[in-house]
Amino acid sequence: MRIVVVCGMGIGTSILLKMTAEKALRAMDIDGDVEAADIGTARGAARTANIVLTSQELVEELGDVPARVIVIENFTDVNEVSEKLKDAIDS
Amino acid sequence: MNLSDFFPDSAVTTRAEVPDWRAAIDLAGAGLVAQGVTTEAYTAEMLAALDELGPYIVIAPGFALAHSRPSPAVLRTGMSFVSLRTAVEFGAAANDPVDLIIGLAATDQDSHLQVMSALARVLSDSKIMAQLRAADSPAAVREILDGATSDTKESSPDQN
Repeated sequence: MRIVVVCGMGIGTSILLKMTAEKALRAMDIDGDVEAADIGTARGAARTANIVLTSQELVEELGDVPARVIVIENFTDVNEVSEKLKDAIDS
Repeated sequence: MNLSDFFPDSAVTTRAEVPDWRAAIDLAGAGLVAQGVTTEAYTAEMLAALDELGPYIVIAPGFALAHSRPSPAVLRTGMSFVSLRTAVEFGAAANDPVDLIIGLAATDQDSHLQVMSALARVLSDSKIMAQLRAADSPAAVREILDGATSDTKESSPDQN
């Protein structure tokens, strides 16, 4: 499982979301690699990812990528990220 | 370094009244400039990022992580704290209105990861966030951060 988290600059919100996603994966006992990317490098990074996590604002900027794109509302909420990851993995 | 060490008096503005989100970002930027963390150009860069990409920095209910990317305007890694008496709309898809803003400046992609880990623990604790919103002085903010990070240290052995 390879997950890319995308924010505008790659130093702030994506780092927080990366930490939340890693906690979520640990809590679900799923083996995964989470990488943070800024919007400039995200399209490349997303090419080899299974799942992209980002915010509603950045989905349009990201455009079409082969990975499953999941919109997260609260980047600090392990429960929200866990549930959305679980839905994506199960489907 | 403790999380609270990142918030000297000059970095903290509590219970401010601002007319709009731009003024809130200006305050977060002023807190970075006042400590010598950034030059004033960084505040303009934060505003430009929001104009370009939209309010994606509003990442939790009522909370914005104001930042731009590493640039010559960043003198060292640091943060600022702004709480608002009246919340303002950023026009975000979720989590509006905002009454708590942390300003962040980093010199590179990695040097601030440890402090981000401590910040993540604070942001995910709704009780601590409520206390921070009610805090009315820089000293009160630091005291809450100290309490929050020492508690979680004891209960989370996997923190790094």
